[in-house]
Amino acid sequence: MSLIEIKDVDFLYREQEDKALSGVNLSIEKGEFISIIGSNGSGKSTLAKLLNVLLVPTEGQVFVDGFNSSDPENVWKIRQKVGMVFQNPDNQLVATTVEDDVAFGPENLALPSDQIRERVDKSLEMVGMGGYQSHPPHELSGGQKQRIAIAGIIAMLPDCIVLDEPTAMLDPMGRKEVLKTIKYLNEEEGITVILITHFMEETIFSDRIVVMNGGEIKDIDKPSKIFQNIDLIKSAGLDVPVAVQLANELRSSGLQIPEVMDIEELVTALC
Amino acid sequence: MLVELKDITHVYNQYNPTVALKDINLSISEQEFIGLIGHTGSGKSTLVQLLNGLIEPTSGTVLYNNEDIFSDKKRLKFIRQKVGLVFQYPEHQLFEESIYEDVAFGPKNLGLKKEEIKNRVKESLELVGLDYEKFKDRSPFNLSGGQQRRVAIAGVLALKPEILILDEPSAGLDPNGRNNLLELLKYLHQDINITIILISHRMEEIAKLATRVIVMDEGRIVLDGSPAEVFSEEKRLRELDLDLPAVTSILHKLNSKGVSVRTDIFDVIEAKDEIISKLQEKNIPEEKRSC
Repeated sequence: MSLIEIKDVDFLYREQEDKALSGVNLSIEKGEFISIIGSNGSGKSTLAKLLNVLLVPTEGQVFVDGFNSSDPENVWKIRQKVGMVFQNPDNQLVATTVEDDVAFGPENLALPSDQIRERVDKSLEMVGMGGYQSHPPHELSGGQKQRIAIAGIIAMLPDCIVLDEPTAMLDPMGRKEVLKTIKYLNEEEGITVILITHFMEETIFSDRIVVMNGGEIKDIDKPSKIFQNIDLIKSAGLDVPVAVQLANELRSSGLQIPEVMDIEELVTALC
Repeated sequence: MLVELKDITHVYNQYNPTVALKDINLSISEQEFIGLIGHTGSGKSTLVQLLNGLIEPTSGTVLYNNEDIFSDKKRLKFIRQKVGLVFQYPEHQLFEESIYEDVAFGPKNLGLKKEEIKNRVKESLELVGLDYEKFKDRSPFNLSGGQQRRVAIAGVLALKPEILILDEPSAGLDPNGRNNLLELLKYLHQDINITIILISHRMEEIAKLATRVIVMDEGRIVLDGSPAEVFSEEKRLRELDLDLPAVTSILHKLNSKGVSVRTDIFDVIEAKDEIISKLQEKNIPEEKRSC
């Protein structure tokens, strides 16, 4: 069985007429890196919130590691397996020092203090913030704050992290730091990653991209396939990364260019 | 000259001094579209807050139409109306029950007559592409993020500014919302003749819209020129932790690998034409094609 199984899910917010999600089916394997793209209101965030039981489907089921999210008994089991990181790092940090912040989750699990210490240190190491234990979070940059928020999730030893536009409020440096961290956690630590983003360039490393529009999944495929489908991308109100756009243009002018996803690959293909 | 900054230095927090701006001299003429870039903490936001008198510099003068804006504090209200500032995430500042009331807030504070307020609200909403009759009575809180941001910008436009300063106006918008917003800025600049200062981390936006690019680092202006001039300084920009527009970056990389293409191009189609023509030239001696 897959780590996450979404089966025939509909979701309707109270007092709204249109479904936020309809007929959604998606299986996510352990260790995958999935990106979800779609315009505002396409259902991305609703889908994300179903994954750690912030919402429960109106119709259909969500299973995480076999646990059905509609069963209230499973809520805490699922939340330990699937951690969420949100857009604004300032809203996610609660303590006066970095280590207290990261320790917040493990402390709630009532672990012995030496285990908490070990988890905190290891999590900070994993997000590249080792040595910042006693820093006050408010003195850190946006990218650093967001990595602390990620460390707080990692300290719960989740199987999967869901990140809902984690780089939207960051500057280019902060974005790079956070992306690098996410990639590391996926590739080296084997954590399943589900990344929701409006930055198309951030999705090119994923194993698969899910395109959403009007509450439905319009396509699921690897990045090179998704970004060849210009009609799909345009109709979903999205963009194609610049390197891919240029490669497509060059190709339609008769140049032989292999599939490329980023600037480096395009330059190599042309030289 | 519309705005002039003369020998500006600004220091935050006299007890633990942080120099935010140092020796700034800058002139902005009517109808420029300035792209202001620099990494976080380089002084961009301090600079623009000075332009509309939110911050008084530690030393130096800010001139608006040759008038020292701090010489008569009572005139600051007028300056702030002429130099409109749209903060980051301006939709967080929406607060009224209806879109009409929200946009009318500024004009009301100017003490304008009812009829004039209505005209301005109507005009501003249409400028940002929101139909007056359809939207005026709706709550601003039931709009999409992109629409909320338009309402916030309409609120500033209702003051009839000569300069519009926007701090990261496309942050957090989806690709459609972003493109619509950029179209709006282009329209305000080209058709309504508003002088614009755009702060953005997205170099594509700057390259596409700005007539002049100003780069800041550690409180100083370090580069100032046309987009083509500034983005040709690849090495310098990298040192400053700044990106190049993706298209320009590709062209620079091709150049360094021996395909000599122009690098003052920001548009995908133009870049395609340039690459194709240069590769064809190069193709003539077929055996020498590799680089």
